[in-house]
Amino acid sequence: MSGAGAQPTGVGAWWQAIRRDRKASLGAALLAFFVALGLVGPWLVGSPDALVGIPLQPPSLAHWLGTTGQGQDVLAQTVVGTRVSLLIGFGVGAAVVLLGALLGVTAGYFGGAVDGLLSLLFNVFLVLPGLPLAIVVAAYLPAGPATVAFVLVLTGWAWNARVLRSQTLMLRQRDFIAAAVVGGESHLRIITRELLPNMTSLLVAQLIGSTVYAIGAQVGLEFLGLGDVSGVTWGTNLYWATNDSALLTGAWWTFVPTGLCVALVGFALVMLNSGFDELANPRLQLERAWRGWLLGHRHPPTRSTPVVNVPPQVPRG
Amino acid sequence: MRYVLGRLGFYVLAGWAALTLNFFLPRLMPGDPATALFARFKGRLSPEAVGALRDAFGLTDAPLWSQYLTYLAHVARGDLGISVAYFPAPVSQVIGGGLAWTIFLAGTAVVLSFAVGTLLGVAAAWWRGGWVDTVLPPLFAFLGAFPYFWLSMVMLYVLGFQLRLFPLGHAYGDDLTPGWNLAFLADVWRHAALPMGSIVLATLGGWMLGMRNAMITVLGSDYVALARAKGLAPSRVVLRYAARNALLPSVTGFGMAIGFVLGGSLLTEIVFSYPGQGYLLVQAVRNQDYPLMQGIFLVITLAVLGANWLVDLVYVSLDPRTREVAS
Repeated sequence: MSGAGAQPTGVGAWWQAIRRDRKASLGAALLAFFVALGLVGPWLVGSPDALVGIPLQPPSLAHWLGTTGQGQDVLAQTVVGTRVSLLIGFGVGAAVVLLGALLGVTAGYFGGAVDGLLSLLFNVFLVLPGLPLAIVVAAYLPAGPATVAFVLVLTGWAWNARVLRSQTLMLRQRDFIAAAVVGGESHLRIITRELLPNMTSLLVAQLIGSTVYAIGAQVGLEFLGLGDVSGVTWGTNLYWATNDSALLTGAWWTFVPTGLCVALVGFALVMLNSGFDELANPRLQLERAWRGWLLGHRHPPTRSTPVVNVPPQVPRG
Repeated sequence: MRYVLGRLGFYVLAGWAALTLNFFLPRLMPGDPATALFARFKGRLSPEAVGALRDAFGLTDAPLWSQYLTYLAHVARGDLGISVAYFPAPVSQVIGGGLAWTIFLAGTAVVLSFAVGTLLGVAAAWWRGGWVDTVLPPLFAFLGAFPYFWLSMVMLYVLGFQLRLFPLGHAYGDDLTPGWNLAFLADVWRHAALPMGSIVLATLGGWMLGMRNAMITVLGSDYVALARAKGLAPSRVVLRYAARNALLPSVTGFGMAIGFVLGGSLLTEIVFSYPGQGYLLVQAVRNQDYPLMQGIFLVITLAVLGANWLVDLVYVSLDPRTREVAS
């Protein structure tokens, strides 16, 4: 699409997609901030469990975000909670996509009875209400991050499986798959070398969507007290905020920072995804190139018409 | 009708899967919940009474398949066992008290959110590039990024605690006796406004965006162009021709949203101490009241399946193609 050298592939293409799109850069920066906070944050603040002052103090110079109902520092709790919350979020997001890909691609690729059974399985899982199921299963298991992660994977994979199945069904009709089959390649090789690489952008979008889901649902479960309530995560912070009736005493600082963190991470991930849309959708790439060409020639930017191809020598805008 | 019956068969199957899951869950999980259950009665009851209770809870030494059949027979009779925390009240009775509130809260919220969101989507597609189209989507996307119950907390704090516009919790005032009179109903709506509002606010954006995008596709299609060329009134073209077809994907999504909104409303109920299923469920979890917990899960699941089937019926009446397949 461009005369400015070879098109980067692999990781380079993803990196460029982030750099090129302002929204994606913002998302990446925000996400990097939270990851860094999760990695080094716990060493920068004091112990989140220590009693540092009078309970339910509003933000002050000594305690920037005030104190909880038990006299702990809210800032310390929020920062320390980042680590476990993000770990579970990304871990569950990845696991959900893996499981969804395994079952969805298997169903779509092999078809027939395998497809019938697996489709039935994920359609049933889709229609069962997720949160109540997660609560019931979690109640039987020992409380903690592992339990939360397990029930979130259990209740979250079906949607990915369904989407990947239909994508596989579509790709399965293409000539290059037929050629690979005729060429005598093994099923495993066709799936891993021909099918999956053509779904990379969809998989990445799913990974991002699933991580957003995992962080939100995890906070919800822990808010109900199904996590390890003696641990420090974003969800348990909210659990203690309601248990200490922060709302009814007007202590907004005990729940506002955590909610903002959850929303900001979700926001960052969605922004990041918008940059990757272009990798998946060639028409959006054309649109950008066309806009760039127009701007380069001092024309007002307009929508590109899909039938008009972009001139070969397009300076990048 | 074959489509409707096929869907019904699927929901029966899903319901059976939920039942089976419910049956095997306590028996598969580590740590023998039955022992934990009866530890609560230790010292209070004689061994004979505990034995009788084991039978009552269906935890006998009979082979698994016969336990399973007994369980299915009990559920078919509406017998969900006995609650531990509200002993000796049967689970079905405990659930019955809160079910109406949850269905009222979640049901009204999901219908309201769907109706308003869809209309906004039509408006955004109609006045494309106008303020409805440019201001609202990012705003709702932003609101949708927050966890449901956190929005509820903020609304409770600002509108309930600071501005004192709405009550802080519960379904109706303590000074009122439930009844079909105007004062009570008005109070119920006043109490439901905040929890309902927070669910609607968190879910509105999805409906709006979906409808907007579907509308834009449909408005570009040939039959809409024909309707315009015939000189039909714009409102008729948009509502009767375009919106009706653009609605189909949203209706499909509606079924799935019911389960999702119900889950969200469980959390919202906790924030507002609303006496519905969510509140009961959390109480059950905290008290290790397994029979009650599973009963609630089952009832919620059956409600969601039933609602999904109703949505399918609506779909059939909206989309003539599903009817033609049958004949």
